[in-house]
Amino acid sequence: MQPSNKKRILVQCAFLIAAVLMIVHGTGRGEIATVWNKAVNICLECIGLG
Amino acid sequence: MKNAVKRKLIQIAAFGFTNSHMTNFVSGKLYTGKWKQFCNPGLNCYSCPAATLACPIGAMQAVAGSMQYNFSFYVVGFLLAVGVLLGRFICGWICPFGLVQELFYKIPSPKFRLPRIFTFVKYGILVVFVVVLPVAATDYMGMGQPAFCQYICPAGTLFGGLPMTATHPELRAATGFLFGLKMTILILTVLACVFIFRFFCKTLCPLGAIYGLLNKISIYHLDVDRHSCIKCGKCAHTCKMDVDPVKTPDSAECIRCGACAAACPRQAIRLGFRLSEPHAAQNGGADSRTEANKLQ
Repeated sequence: MQPSNKKRILVQCAFLIAAVLMIVHGTGRGEIATVWNKAVNICLECIGLG
Repeated sequence: MKNAVKRKLIQIAAFGFTNSHMTNFVSGKLYTGKWKQFCNPGLNCYSCPAATLACPIGAMQAVAGSMQYNFSFYVVGFLLAVGVLLGRFICGWICPFGLVQELFYKIPSPKFRLPRIFTFVKYGILVVFVVVLPVAATDYMGMGQPAFCQYICPAGTLFGGLPMTATHPELRAATGFLFGLKMTILILTVLACVFIFRFFCKTLCPLGAIYGLLNKISIYHLDVDRHSCIKCGKCAHTCKMDVDPVKTPDSAECIRCGACAAACPRQAIRLGFRLSEPHAAQNGGADSRTEANKLQ
């Protein structure tokens, strides 16, 4: 395995681990409820009225 | 099955899954089930009556602009994971608004290429309208507005604004300057998409900007076997996103559609999940150039 390939894989793994940690942290502090609440009501800004 | 047909079928299937509540177009109601807590990897307004999932750009702004939070770990983590795994494959194969733009591009008309400078506009939109304004421009309660959705997003106007105002007279009565602004942006975007392939993806899409940055390291990537490449230029000529896959296989503009791989006469371009050395083996290319001359 060449060095540049090794570095690429390390970066990919680091980003994936960071992504999972962020999802877990965001879920833990209740962001999903905010997303759901916004998504199930008419978003006036999205449709051009807000 | 041809790559182009396979891609179109997957785009239609993705569109169907993420907009599976078509009967809501008649009633003007939104789907309110549990799926709405998850983000769509592509751009699909959550105020579209048929939408099954939440729009990631809208969700990111909604969380960051809420009173409790200034940053959405959940949405950014999701986009990071999807981007590292697939990069802009999402744009090319999954995004509902991408499919819509491609359908507009099929309208017979002269076709144009976009100067490269315009592709940088989307990064400015990502920073200003998606990241900064929802957090910085807050009201007395500390709540920010989803600025991209409010002032720009043509997908929201098309999938959400038009169906909702068509089915709700009270919403129709409330339309004003902002609706006019967004309708103008939508009409200009649609017109531009007729003449320029995926105009919105190239110039305005903040989601494309995020995935584009992650294209550089995505696990699903494009490899060019430089031993086999004869530098005939067919791949660059075929690419509607104006990318030269031989020079920049990890370009932020590449939507991994696979048109270049299908056009390559030597099968030197491969797309897939590989941990092998990207853009492998380089040689002088003297043999290849000789063969390219023969082919031409």
